[in-house]
Order: sequence, then C-alpha cells, then structure tokens
Amino acid sequence: MFYREAGQYKSSYEADAAVFPLRQDRIAIAAILLVAFVVLPLTASDFVLSSVMIPILVFSLAAIALNILTGYTGLISLGTAGFMGVGGYACYKLTSAFPGINIVVHIALSGFFAAGIGVLFGLPSLRIKGFYLAVATLAAQFFLSWCFIRVAWLYNYNVSGAIEVPTRTLFGVTITGPTASPQARYLVVLCFVVVMTWLASNLVHGRIGRMWMAVRDMDIAAELIGIKLYQTKLLAFAVSSFYCGVAGALMVFLWLGASEADSFNINQSFLILFMVIIGGLGSLVGSFFGATFIWGFPILLRVLPDYVNALIANIHGLLYLPGRPIVWVINSATVEHLQFMFVGALIIFFLIVEPHGLARLWQIAKQKLRVWPFPY
Amino acid sequence: MDLLYSIFIDPFVQMVQVPDLFVQTLWEGLVSGVLYALIALGFVLIFKASGVFNFAQGIMVVFAALTLIGLYTLLGRWGLGSGHFAAFVALALTIAVMYAVAFGVERLMLRPLVNQPDIILFMATFGLTYFLIGLGEIVFGGEPKIMIAEQLYLPKGSIDFKILGGLVSLQKIDIAAAVIASVMVATLAVFFQKTRIGRALRAVADSHKAALSVGISLEQIWVIVWFAAGIVALATGIMWGARSNVSFALQIIALKALPVLILGGFTSIPGAIVGGVIIGVGEKIGEFYWGPLLGSGIESWLAYVIALVFLLFRPQGLFGERIIERI
Repeated sequence: MFYREAGQYKSSYEADAAVFPLRQDRIAIAAILLVAFVVLPLTASDFVLSSVMIPILVFSLAAIALNILTGYTGLISLGTAGFMGVGGYACYKLTSAFPGINIVVHIALSGFFAAGIGVLFGLPSLRIKGFYLAVATLAAQFFLSWCFIRVAWLYNYNVSGAIEVPTRTLFGVTITGPTASPQARYLVVLCFVVVMTWLASNLVHGRIGRMWMAVRDMDIAAELIGIKLYQTKLLAFAVSSFYCGVAGALMVFLWLGASEADSFNINQSFLILFMVIIGGLGSLVGSFFGATFIWGFPILLRVLPDYVNALIANIHGLLYLPGRPIVWVINSATVEHLQFMFVGALIIFFLIVEPHGLARLWQIAKQKLRVWPFPY
Repeated sequence: MDLLYSIFIDPFVQMVQVPDLFVQTLWEGLVSGVLYALIALGFVLIFKASGVFNFAQGIMVVFAALTLIGLYTLLGRWGLGSGHFAAFVALALTIAVMYAVAFGVERLMLRPLVNQPDIILFMATFGLTYFLIGLGEIVFGGEPKIMIAEQLYLPKGSIDFKILGGLVSLQKIDIAAAVIASVMVATLAVFFQKTRIGRALRAVADSHKAALSVGISLEQIWVIVWFAAGIVALATGIMWGARSNVSFALQIIALKALPVLILGGFTSIPGAIVGGVIIGVGEKIGEFYWGPLLGSGIESWLAYVIALVFLLFRPQGLFGERIIERI
C-alpha cells in the first residue's frame, strides 16, 4: 500500500541495479538528507548537535568500518579503537607538520595511515581465522594503546600526554578547536559520513563487495572460483582501517576536541562491535541503527533517573511517610551500572530474537508496509 | 651497534651476572603464568564441551571472588562471626551461587541459541560479560576488596632461599596456587577422559545434533560445564585475590588468557597450563630485561605479540587438534 513498486518500470540495467530502485526510497533518503543537512543544524540545540548527533555520526562511520571487516568479510576484529586512534594521532601529526594544508585534507589522509597499520596487523589473517584472528587483532589493540601512551612523539612531547586540537578553518569558518561552533562541526562530520557511506555502499554492492561476501561465506570455495584470498582479506583490512582512521580523526578533531590514549581503549572497540551486532552484521544501514541505539539508549537512561526520582518522591509524598527518609534513590553511578546490565541483556536478547539485528527488523517493517492492509 | 648490544647481549650478561634476580623473575613469571593458566582453563572447559568461546570467563572470576567476599561480610553481619567457619559457609554458598549462574546462563542464554553459529554464541557471552559487570557493580560496589585468604587456611608470608649468592623469596600463596592449579588440571583431565559425563561433554563439543541423537541431554551438559567453569573461576578468583585485591580491573587482565589459549590450543587442558607458563615467564623476563629499552609497560602487549608470532607457525596451537578443512 504505502511502499509498493507497482507502476515503476525500469528501462535500463542501470536503473534496475540502482541502490534505491523504488521511488519511495529515493524520496525518503532525500527527506532524511534534507533534515540532516538543513533542519537539524537550524533547529537542534548545541547539546543535541555536539553530544548526540556528532557522536552518532562518528560511531556510525566506525561501525561501517567494522561491518566491512566483520559483517562483509567475516573477519572478527577487536582492534577497531586502536585503528581509530592511529587515524586520530596521524591527523594530529599531519596538521602540526603541515599547518598550511586544510584540515579536511588531513582527516582524509590520516585514513591512509590507519590503512597501512591495518594491513600490517591483517597479515596473519591468511593463516588464522575466527577467534584466533580476534586475538591477533587484540594484539593490535593493546600494542597501539601502549604506543599512544609511551611514544611521546605522537603527541608532540606534550607534558599532559594528551593532544589538544588546534584551531583550523574551512572556507573561513572555524571547524576545529575550542571556538568552533557545533553547527559547523556537525556539518563537516555529516559531509564526511555521507560521502564515505556512499563510497562504502558502492564498494559492497560491486565486485569487491561480492568478493568479500564470498570469502565470508566459505573461503575455500571462494578460492576455488578464483578469488585471491590474501589480497581480498588484506583489502578488507585496508578499507576497514581507512574508515576507522577517518572516524578516529573526526572523533578527535570534530567531536572531543582533545584526546588521550584512553579514548581509544579496548572498551571502545567492544562498543563498536556491539553497534555492529545490534545494528546487523553485513548491513550499512544497520551500522547507523546500531550506533544510534547504543549511543542514544544510555542518554535516555541518563535522563530517566530525574523522572524516576521525582516519581519516587511523589509516591513518597502520596503515601504520607514524611518522617522516613527516601531509601531508594537512583544515582548516576547506579544508572551507569544499570546501563551495563541493560546493554548486556539487550545483546543477548537481540541475538536470541533477531540475530540479524535492527537492519532485519527494518526489512520486515518494509515488507509489512508493502503488503498492508493484507497480512501477506 | 650500541642498540644491538643492548638488545642481544646486555640482557643475557645481566642474567648471568645476577642469577638470583633472574631466578626471582623466572619465579614471578611462573606464578603469573599459573594464574593465567587457571583463567585459560575455564575457557578451555567451556570451549571443549560446548564449542562456545566464553568471553565472560574473566568477569566470572571477578564475580565469584566478589560473591565470596560479599557473602562473608553478610554472614559476619548476621552474627555468624568472622572465623574459618563463616568463611567456609560463604565458600559453599558461593558455589551454590555459581551453580545458579550456570543454570541461569543455560536457561536464558544457551537454550534459545542452540545450533546457532559459533560467532553468535561468542557475541552472546559478550552480552553476558556486560551484564555481569553491571550486576556486580550494583550489588558489590566498585571499590577493590580484600580477599579472605587467611580465613580459608591459605598460607601467608614467604619462604626465602639463599641460592646462587643471593636471596630468592617465594610467596607461600604462590606455591599454594601452583599446587591447586596442578590438582585441578589433573582432576579435570581424569574427569574428561575417564568418566561418563566427560565423554558426553566431548561428544557435545563435536556436534550438538549428533550428541542429542544418541541421547545426551544438552541442557544438563551445559549446566554441568558452566558450573565447572564457575568453580574454576572461583578458585582463580581466590588465588588472584589473595595476591592482590579483587577489583573489576582483573577482568581486563583476564584477557591475557587469550594468548595463553592460542599457545596451548583451544581444546587442550595441559596446553592451557604450558601456554600459561610460557606466556607468564616470557612476559616477566621480557618486561624486566628488554622493557626498559622500549620505555617499560610492554607487559600489556608482549603476550599478544608472542602469541601472534606463534600463530604464524602453528595455527592450531601447541597441543591443539589439527584443523582439517573440507568443502
């Protein structure tokens, strides 16, 4: 009813192979882009832009990176944050070495450094796979974290051991550093994410993406039909790490504004892995769902205790127990722990109910819309 | 030249010149190796018997240790005193709690996920890890706690040996840990090879469907094996807690069991021990003699790099079963 392909005829192969073959899809994506590029920067508050939207976009990019490696190529990686860190630190070194070149160029270039490191740690992937590879990437994670602390050259021998983002401009508008407005930072991040998602979409729908998926589904069979395993896996590592690197550079320069080694620790890697799982392995749109869910959910939980506490106080007042103190008040530490429990339980719940993640739920919803008002 | 000297010659000269320090480092490595091995043992148990790579083993160690301490203080508050008796009551209760955890995991997590791909089960244990971290923090609080080692008749203090012209001191608790680890490994090996349940466990690991079809109760086996892993976790928690405090940081240290597993092979119980000792000794020696060259702290990643290099030559580990792939 709402979402039907009836009457939409295709007269060329290009139209048939398009990413969004349906008119409704194209309208929807245009509407989303319009909201993201025009409505949100104009209407959303600074808090929403800098603590909700920018992190979600950065994490979406990181989740796409991990999805390319884990979802499309079937190589588990626990070193995502390490590769993001490489991007962040590379960008910092680049912009302090060549301050004349625009920061946007540096952010894009820093991806290549991350890609190089990623390929290096991807080298064992031919001989090992599955959990063994996960441990190998864990080696990357711990080694890189150690480098970020011990190699003082990376943060220009700063006494604090942290990197401070310098002020840089684009077309005369300040986009990094403490004086940059959330709107400017948001728009730059959004441009990066949109362009890179478009590139990733073309990659995974094309020949390379099919090679990756063939390797994921059965590597020996893929080898027999003429796919060079080593090159394909290393390419996946390179592309994935490139995306990680750009995400890391965006994270340091346009979101956090300053960063230390702890921003890229193992928990960050796990967080991104959860985003990919909950969003849906092997789905680009799932990466956005996962990032939104994992980042947005705790924010909701953080807002919640005020309401709950107010409610408890109200009930307390209603029950008329003025003499007794309120025993049970949710404080922020409890919320943080509850958040851990919720996230853990949710992961298990999702794996049981829908192992293919939010992306599959989205597909089911689309199908329901297509056949509505009939059940099937 | 100077650099080459300091990498390839100087550390060995130091080892020979100050042998007592070398022996001390070796012992430290051995002990931390045993503790890694204990954690790895929990991983191996579950992997061997259900094919699940249990990421939550580390937090189970912390959780078990915290439960023990928490119950002990609770018993003290209830007036059961704070002596040996209360400690052992707490121990028994903790074992019951670990059984409850195993039961809950089987009922709520594994049963609905039966016959799913390995990766899904692996991810589910991630979820379990986060759940247990949150639960542990809410119930027991985040601050480090002191293990009730003395009440459990664990030895304290150290024995000093005068050898090689120096003094080598061995902590008694470390010796106890080594003994307990060996006893546990021996028991588990016998359990796996000789008993009915052990054979059933190995059958389940090979194939869920085949095991079901010959009449092995998957549910029962899973509860048993998670319970066994819980007890191993408890022992590890007590031992580790007696050396330092019990805190959630231990959970990250538990990740060190992963390189141990790779060295030893995922399915080998003796492999876990040998791998643990190799990693522990390699790490401590590396940190002590080569660490200063790189600016120290290399302990955090050396184990992984050792494992990584090892993987390139023997992907199935020291004692692992050879992986044969068919289309």
